Amino acid sequence: MPNRRALATTALALLTAPAFAQEPSIIVQSTTSTANSGLYDYLLPMFEEESGIRVNVVAVGTGQAIQNARNCDGDLLLVHARPAEEQFVSDGMGTERTDLMYNDFVIVGPEDDPAGVSGMEDAQEALSKIAEEGASFASRGDDSGTHKKEMQLWSDTGVDPTEASGEWYRETGSGMGATLNAGIGMGAYAMTDRATWISFENKQDYEVLVEGDEDLYNQYGVIPVSQEACPSVNAEGAQAFADWLLSAEGQEAIAGFEVDGQQLFFPNAPEEAS
Amino acid sequence: MSDAALSSPGAVRAEAPPPLLPLDVRSLTLQLGGTAILDGVDLSLGAGGCTVLMGPNGAGKSLLLKVLHGLMAPSGGTVSWNGAAPRAATPRQALVFQKPVLLRRSVAANLDFVLRARGKDRDRRAGLLDHVGLGHKARQPARLLSGGEQQRLALARALATDPEVLLLDEPTASLDPASVAAIEAIVGTARDAGTRILFVTHDTGQARRIADEVVFLHRGRVAEQGPAARFFPVPASRPARDYLDGRLVV
Amino acid sequence: MQNLGEAFALALSLVASGDPDLLEIVALSLRVSLSATALACLLGLPLGALVATARFRGRGIVLVVMNALMGLPPVVVGLLVYIHLSRSGPLGFLGLLYTPGAMILAQTILIAPIVAALSRQVLEDLHVEYAEQFRSFCLTRRQVIGALLWDARYALLTVGLAGFGRAVAEVGAVIVVGGNIDHLTRVMTTAIALETSKGDLPLALALGIILLVLALGVNAAVQALRMTAARSAYV
Repeated sequence: MPNRRALATTALALLTAPAFAQEPSIIVQSTTSTANSGLYDYLLPMFEEESGIRVNVVAVGTGQAIQNARNCDGDLLLVHARPAEEQFVSDGMGTERTDLMYNDFVIVGPEDDPAGVSGMEDAQEALSKIAEEGASFASRGDDSGTHKKEMQLWSDTGVDPTEASGEWYRETGSGMGATLNAGIGMGAYAMTDRATWISFENKQDYEVLVEGDEDLYNQYGVIPVSQEACPSVNAEGAQAFADWLLSAEGQEAIAGFEVDGQQLFFPNAPEEAS
Repeated sequence: MSDAALSSPGAVRAEAPPPLLPLDVRSLTLQLGGTAILDGVDLSLGAGGCTVLMGPNGAGKSLLLKVLHGLMAPSGGTVSWNGAAPRAATPRQALVFQKPVLLRRSVAANLDFVLRARGKDRDRRAGLLDHVGLGHKARQPARLLSGGEQQRLALARALATDPEVLLLDEPTASLDPASVAAIEAIVGTARDAGTRILFVTHDTGQARRIADEVVFLHRGRVAEQGPAARFFPVPASRPARDYLDGRLVV
Repeated sequence: MQNLGEAFALALSLVASGDPDLLEIVALSLRVSLSATALACLLGLPLGALVATARFRGRGIVLVVMNALMGLPPVVVGLLVYIHLSRSGPLGFLGLLYTPGAMILAQTILIAPIVAALSRQVLEDLHVEYAEQFRSFCLTRRQVIGALLWDARYALLTVGLAGFGRAVAEVGAVIVVGGNIDHLTRVMTTAIALETSKGDLPLALALGIILLVLALGVNAAVQALRMTAARSAYV
């Protein structure tokens, strides 16, 4: 049948076309917050140039990133949820967790600020006020690093916002950008990492209302996936990238990444690592 | 669609098979939706010649052809092609339908399809097309041919299978006189070459021209069967007489 | 509404600039979805033809299942493929996860039921017309299926197009099994999702417009082919 033959030929031609250059590569399971800010677009060319190793970044929520790594579908984890990261290492899935850099979270809201939290320096107090006023709040609700951080802040306030889920508390179950889009669409407050916020392009009349609380610091860690747990990983490549990130050169590169003239990430790798 | 009818038309025959004729039909009945379409047909056909099957609308002519060809299973009675069942006889016959079913391809490809499917020599295509006067239209889309040309192509396709028996179901209905003449000529040539013809028609003029023998079907039974030379001047049965005289047959 | 105007202008300037990143994404989109369509046809057409020409016990159930599978949610297909291709899954040794191959596989699974179910309908209609003639010719089932597939080729082209349209427009499956990796597995839809999440709605919309134009182009080409065929009464 000529039609089937033609189809088969086409299919073969398409499938056998070179998928990508055959160079050593690693997969980094990371977060949308780092990827959306453009950090990797800035860092990776430097590392790839130097090492000849291609870095493929899969950007998902921290929860999913860790789960994917547990399934051995990544060589390196770069996420921000310390307890879950430490659990990952103690379960034997990762070789070692090292502090890499931090940025901070901020609470953003509409200009007219219905709950009146603008300028507050205590994040918990601001959240309590939002809850008290019953002002809309958009949460990630996706088990990501940002979501975990938000839940931790709530637990200190004594308010369980999930009891109001669907009322003033809206869980989008989506990534940071999607949650911001949704939050802005319904005039809700939201907590976001500063990097995503600065590079976010659909701000409309939203501004940063609460910032600077130490509780809002957002620590990123880096963990090579253990070859013992996952024989298929490219441990050498992952370690090379981790070492470079933690080196003086990598740390300097992170500090040098700016969007709109603002530094987004602050390197804080331990001295002995560099 | 029954699976058996789709299976291979039969193994290679080591020796020449016995001829398909005589045909012997006994007490054949066919019920469709509770109505008896064929209601005890008894019929015998000998070798050679052209038998015309006539009868008023609804007499069961088309369905009788389909039963004889093995396309429909009868409700009762027997059909024996010299001992062979209709299904077994199908590959040795060809049936030309009133409305030819042509493939959505060129004239040549329509013929090639049958030649290839039946393991015939593809080189015969040109000769067959010339035989039915379509040699110059080989490359044209078959479905854009005129009605008469389409029926000639269907005839060429039927002849490509080298049938021992050629069944035709009103092949010239609604064709112009020139097309009718062309088709009668092709059928006549096949008859002269020894192909047994069973031809259904409503056209008494046509029947007079081509028939060696006439079978007159009425209300699902054979009302009369006899040589054409006797049937037309002196029909023996009342329905046949009424029919030939142009009266409504009841 | 200002977004829409901005998006159109951006789409035009993106196309005009011949941006290599954009071309790469467009090429990968086409390669993945066309491959998936070809494979889905290779699987779905014979299956559709078989069901169209056969009468067997439980055929009604098969039809219901085939039709229901047309509504498979892409993200569910993505998850199923992910579970199998994951290094910890049964097919992990293939190393296909986060490659275009995985995306092709997921889209093939997504659209093969569409091709099978729609082609079954097309071929069954044609078979009603041809069946008696084919039985008179004493064709084998293979010959019947071959003839039906060839004679329905232009209608089946539309069936393939329906599959392609679904494949090229879906994001749920490819983002899970491809990972939206820049220069490796980023296609039009995942790029659109990414730009949306960055809040760059005009760029997301511009990419959407380009995707739409691509789909229009493919459809127009097929439509032109069909019209040529219709003039020959081959449709």
